[in-house]
Amino acid sequence: MSGRRDWPLFEVFVRSRRGLSHVHVGSLHAPDAELALRNARDLYTRRQEGVSLWVVEASAITASSPQEKDSFFDPAGDKIYRHPTFYDIPDGVEHL
Amino acid sequence: MYGNDFASPSDAPSASPEPVEPGLEDFWRIVGEDGRIEPRDAMPEDYRSSLVRQIAQHAHSEIIGMQPEGEWISRAPSLRRKAILMAKVQDEAGHGLYLYAAAETLGVDRAELLDMLHTGRQKYSSIFNYPTLTWADIGTIGWLVDGAAIVNQVPLCRCSYGPYARAMVRVCKEESFHQRQGFEALYTLSHGTPQQHEMAQDAVDRWWWPSLMMFGPHDSGPHATAGHTAKSMAWGVKRFSNDDLRQRFVDMTVPQAEALGLTLPDPDLRWNESRGHYDFGEIDFNELFEVIKGNGPCNAERMANRRRAHEEGAWVREAATAYAEKTAARRTAGAA
Ligand SMILES: [Fe+2]
Ligand SMILES: [Fe+2]
Repeated sequence: MSGRRDWPLFEVFVRSRRGLSHVHVGSLHAPDAELALRNARDLYTRRQEGVSLWVVEASAITASSPQEKDSFFDPAGDKIYRHPTFYDIPDGVEHL
Repeated sequence: MYGNDFASPSDAPSASPEPVEPGLEDFWRIVGEDGRIEPRDAMPEDYRSSLVRQIAQHAHSEIIGMQPEGEWISRAPSLRRKAILMAKVQDEAGHGLYLYAAAETLGVDRAELLDMLHTGRQKYSSIFNYPTLTWADIGTIGWLVDGAAIVNQVPLCRCSYGPYARAMVRVCKEESFHQRQGFEALYTLSHGTPQQHEMAQDAVDRWWWPSLMMFGPHDSGPHATAGHTAKSMAWGVKRFSNDDLRQRFVDMTVPQAEALGLTLPDPDLRWNESRGHYDFGEIDFNELFEVIKGNGPCNAERMANRRRAHEEGAWVREAATAYAEKTAARRTAGAA
């Protein structure tokens, strides 16, 4: 009975068609990566939603912390010169 | 339940205004801006626990909901109908899994939630405690029960909790096939032999009122403060009252019944020009609360089947775990 409790959680990513990146679609439990892939096929691509699947053990993901959101992302806030709209270009100049 | 969250009057909490606790300013700002709360965000404890309950009950409803229809897979009248019904029942299993995964992002374990279902500490939608007596019940469930579920579920695609909203988007995409296949099956019967027509009418007569009960007790007008509605609305989880959703369902279903050539078993059902809606008769909520309490026609059978499926599947789960451990050990040995 405790079997399922021990199954790790996998995050599932689907490439919906060639030329697009894999996108996170949800998660599932499976005893190993191979079965996670098969379960993901049955769970997330029953209507041809994908041409390629990734499964990643959720415990292998390192995520940024929502509590540190400000200090973590703020440094990019005042560097508006990284955007093309920062620059003044004389009228009439094209392809720039 | 089944995308709606309500309790019997006895265990309904009183809706009290939420004082803004320190640390929850972001939560209330995001909810106020109609943004999405994500799993690791700070959130009020009762937001978290009530979402766990609602999502888990929704998940339980999806998997218990496989039973009434699953009973007819082997008796479907044609290979076409059998393939359709199998695909639908498989979708319902999928809906359950999307939802369990969404609940788990709130810090609970799926095994725990299944335990709660198996021990009766969490409920599932009372609609699945009614029997499927004839093949016409399968068409009627798709048309009315999935139809009512869609009306409940579409607003949840915009609910404030991100993982729940995303799961509902997937679910809603799949539900429209469920409703249409049911309508088509029922239309075929209704336009078949007189006996088939009678069978279709009988099924609709039995499922109409339970379908209206799926939206829960009254929660607008004088009942506005009953149950979870007020709180749930403040949190951006619920968008419309039970009564508004039920009215929406009635308004869209009446013309469909006419197209089917079937009647709905309510002498008070008629168009109200001044309201711009159909009026309908009083719902017997005592029946709903009796069924929720466990006194519906199939409660015991549904739970016994669910527990048996879980117990009889134990060896499969154990074997898969053993195989995974064996291959992992072999891989480590090979790498050494
Ligand atoms: Fe469903
Ligand atoms: Fe469905």
